[in-house]
Amino acid sequence: MDIVIIGLLLGGTYALMAMGLQLQYGVARIMNLANGEMLIAGAFGAFWFYLGTKASPLLALLFVIPLAFALNWAIYRVLILPLVRRAKSQGKLEVDSILATFGLSFIFIGIMVAVFGAQYTDYAYLSEPIFIFGERYGLNRVVAFLASAALCTGLYVWLHKTRAGLALRAVSVNPSAAGLVSINVARTSAFAFALGGAVTAAGGVLLSMYLTFDASYGVVFTLKALIIVILGGVGDIRGTIVAAFILGLAETAVATLIDPGLTLAAAYILFMIVLLVRPEGLFGRRTA
Amino acid sequence: MPEVAAAEALSVAGLSKRFGGLVAVDNMSFALAEKEVLGLIGPNGSGKTTVMNLISGAAKPSSGEIRLYGESITGIGASKVANKGVARTFQLVRMLPGLTVLENVTAGGVFGHARRWGKELEDHARALLRRVGLPDAAGAAVSALTYIDQKRVELARALASDPRILLLDEWLAGLNPTELKIGIALIEQLRADGCTIVIVEHVMHAIRSLCDRCIVMNSGIKIAEGTPAEVLADHGVIRAYLGEADA
Amino acid sequence: MSTMAKTSAGGAGLRITAREARNLLAGALIVVAAGFVPLLFSGYVLQVAISIVMYTAFATSWLLFSGPTNYIALSTAAFFGIGMYVTAAGIDLAPYPVLILASGVAGALLAAVMGLATLRVSGVYFVIFSLGLAELVRQIMTWGQHVFGTMSGLYVTIDRSEPMYYWQLLLLAAVIFLVGWWIGRSRLGFALRIIGNDEVVAVHCGINTARAKVILFVISSTFASIVGALVAPRWGYVEPVVAFNPSLSFQVVIMALLGGTHRLWGPLLGVIPFTLLWELISIEFPDQTTLLLGVCFLLIVYVIPNGITGLVEDALSRRAGHGGPVGDTLSRGAHGVIGSVRTLLQGRKRHNA
Repeated sequence: MDIVIIGLLLGGTYALMAMGLQLQYGVARIMNLANGEMLIAGAFGAFWFYLGTKASPLLALLFVIPLAFALNWAIYRVLILPLVRRAKSQGKLEVDSILATFGLSFIFIGIMVAVFGAQYTDYAYLSEPIFIFGERYGLNRVVAFLASAALCTGLYVWLHKTRAGLALRAVSVNPSAAGLVSINVARTSAFAFALGGAVTAAGGVLLSMYLTFDASYGVVFTLKALIIVILGGVGDIRGTIVAAFILGLAETAVATLIDPGLTLAAAYILFMIVLLVRPEGLFGRRTA
Repeated sequence: MPEVAAAEALSVAGLSKRFGGLVAVDNMSFALAEKEVLGLIGPNGSGKTTVMNLISGAAKPSSGEIRLYGESITGIGASKVANKGVARTFQLVRMLPGLTVLENVTAGGVFGHARRWGKELEDHARALLRRVGLPDAAGAAVSALTYIDQKRVELARALASDPRILLLDEWLAGLNPTELKIGIALIEQLRADGCTIVIVEHVMHAIRSLCDRCIVMNSGIKIAEGTPAEVLADHGVIRAYLGEADA
Repeated sequence: MSTMAKTSAGGAGLRITAREARNLLAGALIVVAAGFVPLLFSGYVLQVAISIVMYTAFATSWLLFSGPTNYIALSTAAFFGIGMYVTAAGIDLAPYPVLILASGVAGALLAAVMGLATLRVSGVYFVIFSLGLAELVRQIMTWGQHVFGTMSGLYVTIDRSEPMYYWQLLLLAAVIFLVGWWIGRSRLGFALRIIGNDEVVAVHCGINTARAKVILFVISSTFASIVGALVAPRWGYVEPVVAFNPSLSFQVVIMALLGGTHRLWGPLLGVIPFTLLWELISIEFPDQTTLLLGVCFLLIVYVIPNGITGLVEDALSRRAGHGGPVGDTLSRGAHGVIGSVRTLLQGRKRHNA
């Protein structure tokens, strides 16, 4: 029971982080290997805000989200767009963007180490227990989960009820066809990339409330987000949420039953199974 | 008619392909005799290219069976289908841009039905380049070729493995009238040499002059079969192409 | 385009052409000349030289797979670490040469499993998987040590002199070059070039693309594991955090890209300057290495996407001016290959005449 609830709480926060990558990879078609560093940056933002003000880290979202949005917009315009323009094929763009965002992730790590240091970081916020079904859980986990659920719901409604959201979904399905119905694909892609970065950073704020992190830990989150996106199906929001819960549960189960050092191994085994059994994702349709 | 006496090269029975709810190919059955040239025609979206993809192994059929000289090649995958002796060209010409013209041709002759290597392969590829009308282009980069010449290279690549069946997917599409004449003459030459060919084509006079037999598809089903003259006079066929009012 | 093969597949047979013989001889001479380095230098210079041959072995074996396929493999550290661990774990059980072999086998097995799972689907999944492989193996190793033993690391006690390490690695690098050259003129190499150009065409040419990719990935990774076995005694003490340090993978990729991925000798041109630069950076800016590694990465991707070999070939073709009707239309990447095919064919024509 423990495992189920802790797994679901963790999965709920993972969902937000993976939605960020989903927007970047599913809509803007950029495989962003610096995604995890954006998450860590958000976590550091919350940490710094909490140390300075002792106010709720949730308030850090108010400045982390716009800052991350602006930063990712700039990254897309300055670094990614030239690659999109010079790419002769989708394959070449994929290789180039993987390399560029990979280099970017090192730069982020370098900057964060310089600013915040290389040590493990955490802070104690709402670390009193809360009782669910008679078992005790950290209140911070529950609050982070609720905040994540609220943001995910907001994002989902926005994607499905607004014109801008529809444009994003259209580009995700087929960029060239979206262009034909007068959607500005370049602008929409830049927006999706920026929004994805902001969502991931928000995930970082929430995860920082109960996880220990350090400047170089981003790559682990990049991998987890990628595994969730692939498991759920590229471009599939519903699948992403389900996959995030599956990963949260699998990790918690392995950490509790076998060894807490094996969480990434658990994620990788899931990844392997997906690749071997359903490479198109949980709900994805097989294409010819 | 040659198909009465000759061996059955290809047989397709009850072939269907569904994409989600869409039925692209619905219960197709036909056979192809050795040395026969079969035309596969029909309006856009009628499932012709899907049939080609199913035969060449690019797509897996939802049901049905494909046999090559009696041996089932259903769902064994494109590379194995190529090994068994089915070669194809693509609707939009596909070159290997980093390779020379000669290498583009040899690429088809190393891993497929007939396998050559070294001097023998090179001689074979040069002979094919002469056969498709490009005797002097061997060392050139493919990016330097005109469209029709790229099509010739693609044809030579398909022929390089001595295929038992050749699939030409709109091979004549996009050619100007002069090039079209050259293209038709080339396929006529292949036919005279005794190749077994399936042609998907929109160019009707090419169909008339090249094909022994024709199958007309509409919305995934076979609506007519016979000589080009017969099927092109068929009411159902005219309706499929031009709509009810003109029939 | 990745065209690391030096010869045309159409022309290559068992026969070795005069040009190939010349290249082989030149290569052998370079190896012999490089062999004298430990006799002339010692101390710091020899240390740097060892780094250079080690990274040459890494980057060239990386290129064997990632060059023609364009799949960026970020797994060097994982295979290197496997080689180290097999050697360290077996040091009291078997003679050293057997351990070197065993390291290669272990690396090959891991590569085969990973390749079979990921290389049948899109290239991105392969990259992602390779990115986390070192961390995955590290977690499992740490856990395994936790469960079965008590020590966090292992001692490797073999006495080897610095020159010996140098010569071993140099020999391995030479073998990798030879294997690369042989693959380049083999059917397998030709298949990989076709796959790198257009996988759909490759499949319809009858190539079992998944098998070709897995075989090459296995070959490439085996060499990385053998480097681990050769270097393990030099480190003396092997523990997971050090053996599976992911930054090794990144450095290897960056060196290969800097040199250029469309020539077998490309990585060598990247390894030498980058190793020297990295030495400098590690001494002058020890706290900013990660940041500067990232900057180097971006510079290469944006400023010299075709690497140093690309720059050299551009300069050469500009100096050569108009090389005839074919020369004018050559695309950049294909230049060398077409050139060599042309010389090869002209040579043959004369021969036949």
